[in-house]
Amino acid sequence: MVKSSPLASSLFWATFKRDLVLAFRHKGDMLNPLVFFLIAITMIPLALGPEKAVLMRIAPGIIWVMALLATLLSLDSLFRSDFDDGSLEQLLIAPYPLTLSVMAKILVHWLATGLPLTLMAPLLGVMLSLPASAFAALCYSLLLGTAAMSLIGAVGAALTVSLRKGGVLISLIVMPLYIPILIFGASAVQTAALGEAYNMQLAVLGAGLAIALLLAPLAAAGALRVSVNA
Amino acid sequence: MTAAPVLLELRNVACERDERFLFGQLNASFYAAQVVQILGPNGSGKTTLLRILAGVSKDFYGDIFWQSRPLKDAAWEYANDLLYLGHLPGIKKTLTPLENLRWYAAVQGGVADADLIRSLAEVQLAGYEDTPCYRLSAGQLRRVALARLAFSNAKVWVLDEPFTALDKSGVAELEARLAAHAADGGLVLVTSHQDINVPDLQWLNLLDFSVDAQSLNSREDAPYG
Repeated sequence: MVKSSPLASSLFWATFKRDLVLAFRHKGDMLNPLVFFLIAITMIPLALGPEKAVLMRIAPGIIWVMALLATLLSLDSLFRSDFDDGSLEQLLIAPYPLTLSVMAKILVHWLATGLPLTLMAPLLGVMLSLPASAFAALCYSLLLGTAAMSLIGAVGAALTVSLRKGGVLISLIVMPLYIPILIFGASAVQTAALGEAYNMQLAVLGAGLAIALLLAPLAAAGALRVSVNA
Repeated sequence: MTAAPVLLELRNVACERDERFLFGQLNASFYAAQVVQILGPNGSGKTTLLRILAGVSKDFYGDIFWQSRPLKDAAWEYANDLLYLGHLPGIKKTLTPLENLRWYAAVQGGVADADLIRSLAEVQLAGYEDTPCYRLSAGQLRRVALARLAFSNAKVWVLDEPFTALDKSGVAELEARLAAHAADGGLVLVTSHQDINVPDLQWLNLLDFSVDAQSLNSREDAPYG
């Protein structure tokens, strides 16, 4: 058999592939935040009544808040199983930059939660009678926002991975950092619903994503070293 | 034995956990072609020492040298030459043994699948390549982790209780593998509560480096790190 190419055998792709396979084998864990997102939003028209004017007004905010909570729900498992079975130690001591392996894990996390959330959102927008002009804004803002949330959330997950019950702590650490994303994300959709330009909000979300992309993997890698060391 | 090059050297290594010194003034040199069993009762710091040697834990005093260079400067070379098998085996139960090994193969830059399958056969897991690991027994799971030794190109093996859950023939096979690695010029650092049957086995007893309360007081003035 031929030796695999250097690119295919790099630890980034190996970790990426392994985690993707794991995500698909643990379907329950992957579906949990998506089902939460779906159910929570389905409840809203049932609770508030089907008045189109009311739903239209709250739809951007509701979808964004629920997407944020669904992401939060999925964070704890990001490094948990690796920590429990010893794979995290092996990742730490591998002759490969930890930042890149962490990046691979975050990428899988986003593919398994952020991307499906983004794809589901327009469907739920219809349910909340979101105006047609806002659908593109909803998709773009969630695409940028969920990626930033996966990155920032990884730092919280890395900091709390050695604690037995880190769930509450993650929310406390990560929530303040999610708030700007929520504000600009929801605002983008709201503005688009009114038929106005939402470039500014998207630009801010993009800038946030760029900063998170630069700093979050570094911070998460550092936090993992501290967590495993303890 | 002394003619063999020094691979790892510990100078004045001390480790404190929960305001208690596990061991102190640990000076030791480990040579190529050596199998060293680290001894000590439960809680004496065997696992902690191995985690320090593996680079997982950096929370210690003193200096470690890899081929006469400080570990801080030679971290990359050391990581390339190290195989650490911890107390936790690092095996994903949802994956198959082959998928697990593929990840470890990527750590050392890629190994052909055929070699991985042969490695699994060497630990008596032929035919289990595609069985999910959660279907395997504890001993078989340990064997999956030990299959890493078969295709490893690392010089230093740091093994924490590798004999756990292995049956008699598994223990004998592992002993033979450790002896073969030493004969190849490798270094094996291993903890175990059993007697290990390997020629020229050396011992490092952590009780010799335990710190009592009195010497601790004099030590607090001593500069570490």
